[in-house]
Amino acid sequence: MKVAVVGAGPAGVRAVEALLAHDIRPVWIDEAMDGGGRIYQRPPAGLRRDAKTLYGFEAPRATALHAALDAAKPHADWRPETLVWNIRPGQRQLSTLSAGRQGVVEYDAAILCTGAMDRVVPVKGWTLPGVTTMGGAQIALKSQGCGIGQRVAFLGSGPLLWLVAYQYAKAGAEVVAVLDTTRFATKLAAAPGMLRGPATFAKGLYYIGWLRAHGIRIAEGVTPLAIEGAGSVSGISWRDARGGVHRVECDAVGLGWGLKPEAQLADLAGIPFAFDAAQHNWVPRRDAAGRTPVTGIYLAGDGSGIGGAEVAEVAGARAALALLQDAGRKVETAALDRKLASLGRFRVALEKAFPFPSHLAAGLPDDALFCRCEGLTVGELRATTTGPAIPAPELNRAKAISRAGMGRCQGRVCGAAAAEILAAQLGCSVAEVGRLRGQAPVKPIPLTATP
Amino acid sequence: MKLVRLRDTDRATLHLTLEGSGLAALEGDTVLTALLAGGAGHLRDSEFGDGHRAGFCLMGACQDCWVVVEGLGRVRACATLAKDGMKVRRG
Repeated sequence: MKVAVVGAGPAGVRAVEALLAHDIRPVWIDEAMDGGGRIYQRPPAGLRRDAKTLYGFEAPRATALHAALDAAKPHADWRPETLVWNIRPGQRQLSTLSAGRQGVVEYDAAILCTGAMDRVVPVKGWTLPGVTTMGGAQIALKSQGCGIGQRVAFLGSGPLLWLVAYQYAKAGAEVVAVLDTTRFATKLAAAPGMLRGPATFAKGLYYIGWLRAHGIRIAEGVTPLAIEGAGSVSGISWRDARGGVHRVECDAVGLGWGLKPEAQLADLAGIPFAFDAAQHNWVPRRDAAGRTPVTGIYLAGDGSGIGGAEVAEVAGARAALALLQDAGRKVETAALDRKLASLGRFRVALEKAFPFPSHLAAGLPDDALFCRCEGLTVGELRATTTGPAIPAPELNRAKAISRAGMGRCQGRVCGAAAAEILAAQLGCSVAEVGRLRGQAPVKPIPLTATP
Repeated sequence: MKLVRLRDTDRATLHLTLEGSGLAALEGDTVLTALLAGGAGHLRDSEFGDGHRAGFCLMGACQDCWVVVEGLGRVRACATLAKDGMKVRRG
């Protein structure tokens, strides 16, 4: 049986481990130089910080995952630095690109563990050098030992906002402001539910408490106004919950509002998507074990709906067992199923504590850029609903008219915000406005490498 | 944009060029780190006239850090390790 696993983050590692334990040797593909995923990304050779310094409270998990990764690599057909740029579910083929050469991987069954990226809301000035995603700011520090600037502001909402601000301050960067767009009362209301995950909740409180104790400026319930600067970042301004306007000088801004699935391959595989209201993301349809409506395709980890690294590890193993069950093997799944159900309940509370700020995207001024790839403004997107003879009733028509989502990132960065802007303009829900459909190649590849 | 080196600074030095001018980096740097910690300021200009860009996601997804490396062609600076002697042009 030919099995392919795409991705070597927490889900991919545990999926491969489970397959190997049942004598299946998968082709294992990851786009990065090394496995570990974004959360447990290891620095390149030459950087020597230990796991405790790199991963903090998560060091034991990171170390365990790295051990499993390193143990599995020699036994699988391990292919790092390889992009899967298309999937042909009819032919059961993956199209790959590695070191400029294209290839094809045949599979009978495939587990897609494609991970997530930051969910961002555009802010005026967000294309200036010095602005990165929250995840990007964390990767700079973790994987490269660098801060994104000398005086850094963080803007957004969610657990990563506090974690990254804490990591920067600990590493010696000057954190000039932590700007949370969620009001304190919203987080407080979700606190009882968060007690379902007491360890995670306690860590979050620790980071916030540490930042407060170190006198770092924190503002909650803010509305970002602009990232300012000529040629690079020189400051950020915002409006507080009572309407007062503030500004701090800084040379870098990290921003992000939680994560969104990198589910392009699931899309190309033909898996239907549904809008998950709790996490406010479009997610590919799968059952709790990772089975999808497309025979032979299984999903696990954040690429199948945001659940975090701990869930991803369990889900990766569970998806591998689902694959084995469907191949007629006898496997024991009750413990994994119980664990997944329990972790899922905490996630719901977390999403309530950090809701996606739809109003920020919808309220952007017409002259703000929302598409980094092609320099499209919010006004140009709004005009698709009124200007053309056949106005856009949903996102893909707006894409055809305006090119929103047709740039080099293929809507990864702008898609979530574009949907909010359009929904507000049309007076419908973001679920009704639809999602940008995926197209191959899922990332740009050289013309010379195409078949 | 100036990346600030905070940790792991005791590494071997690499020498690259950007648009023909010398630039010192450290072993283990990505091209993005080498350039932006080395004082390049930005990596590319937007094709649509809205100014300089210096990457955004740092995880190979946004495609906003494209540069040209001699012998490799167009690459994502964040996903390419810097090597001694690399000749880089802005993307």
